[in-house]
Amino acid sequence: MLPEPTLNSYLMLSAVLFAIGTAGVFLRRNIITILLSVEVMLNAVNLTFIAVDRFRGLVDGQIMVFFVITVAAAEAAVGLAIVIALFRHKETLTPDVFTSLKW
Amino acid sequence: MDALLFWILAAVTVASAVLVIGQRNPMRSVLLLIVMFMALAGLYVTLGSPFAAVVQIIIYAGAIMVLFLFVVMLLNVPTEETPIGRQARLLGGVGPRRFGALLSAALALELFWALGRLGAVAMPAGDTPETTVKAIGLRLFRDYAFAFEATSVLILVAMVGAVILARKEPQP
Repeated sequence: MLPEPTLNSYLMLSAVLFAIGTAGVFLRRNIITILLSVEVMLNAVNLTFIAVDRFRGLVDGQIMVFFVITVAAAEAAVGLAIVIALFRHKETLTPDVFTSLKW
Repeated sequence: MDALLFWILAAVTVASAVLVIGQRNPMRSVLLLIVMFMALAGLYVTLGSPFAAVVQIIIYAGAIMVLFLFVVMLLNVPTEETPIGRQARLLGGVGPRRFGALLSAALALELFWALGRLGAVAMPAGDTPETTVKAIGLRLFRDYAFAFEATSVLILVAMVGAVILARKEPQP
C-alpha cells in the first residue's frame, strides 16, 4: 500500500520541480526552452502555496496562485516579444550569441 | 485512493518536467509542459482547490501555452542549434553548463535537507474541504483589492510593452 501523502510529500515534489526548472535554465541553449523552464519553477511555487493552503485551511494561497499566474502571463508576453525582436536581429535563438550588452 | 492518485500525478508531473527540459525541439517541450500543467491541476483538485485547477488549465495551459506555441511556430526554429564559432564555444562550453547542473543539484539537495529536518507533518485528517469560489472572491475583492487593481495595471503595461518590443521598426 502506498503511503498517505503528507505535507512533506507535496513540498518535496515542489522542490524537485523547482530544481528541474533551474537545471533547465542552466542546461538548455534555446531561449524559448529557458522561458519554459521558468514556467516550471513558477508552477513548483504554486504547488507549495496550494499545499500549505490545504494544511492551514486558508484561501490566501489560492489568491497568490492567481497573482502568480497573472504575472506569468505578463512575463510570457514580454519575454516572447523580446525573443521575437532578438530573432529578427540575429536569426538565432541561442543565448550565447546575444552579447550586444556585453562590455 | 487519494494516496494512489497523488503518487500517479506526482510521477506524471516529474516525468513530464524532466522531458520538458530534455527536448531539443521546443515544440515538444511546450506540449509536454501542457501535460505537466494537467497533472498539477489534478493535484490541486486533490488538495481541495478546484478553482486554482480550473484557472491553471484555462489560463496556463490554454492561453499562455498557446502564446508559446504561436511564437515557436512563427519563428520556425525546430531544433536547438549546436554552437557555431569560437565565441559561442567560449561562452557556452561544457564547463559553465556542468557547473550549472551541479548548482541545481546542490539546490535540490539543500531543499531536501531542509525539508528532512522539518519532520513528517501529516495533512489535516478528514475529507478535503473544498474552498468555494465565493470564499476566494470575498477575500480577493476585500483584502486584496489593491493588489488586484495593481495586477490590471501590470497587464496593461505588459501588453503595451509586448506590442512595442515586437513591432517592426519603421524603415527610414
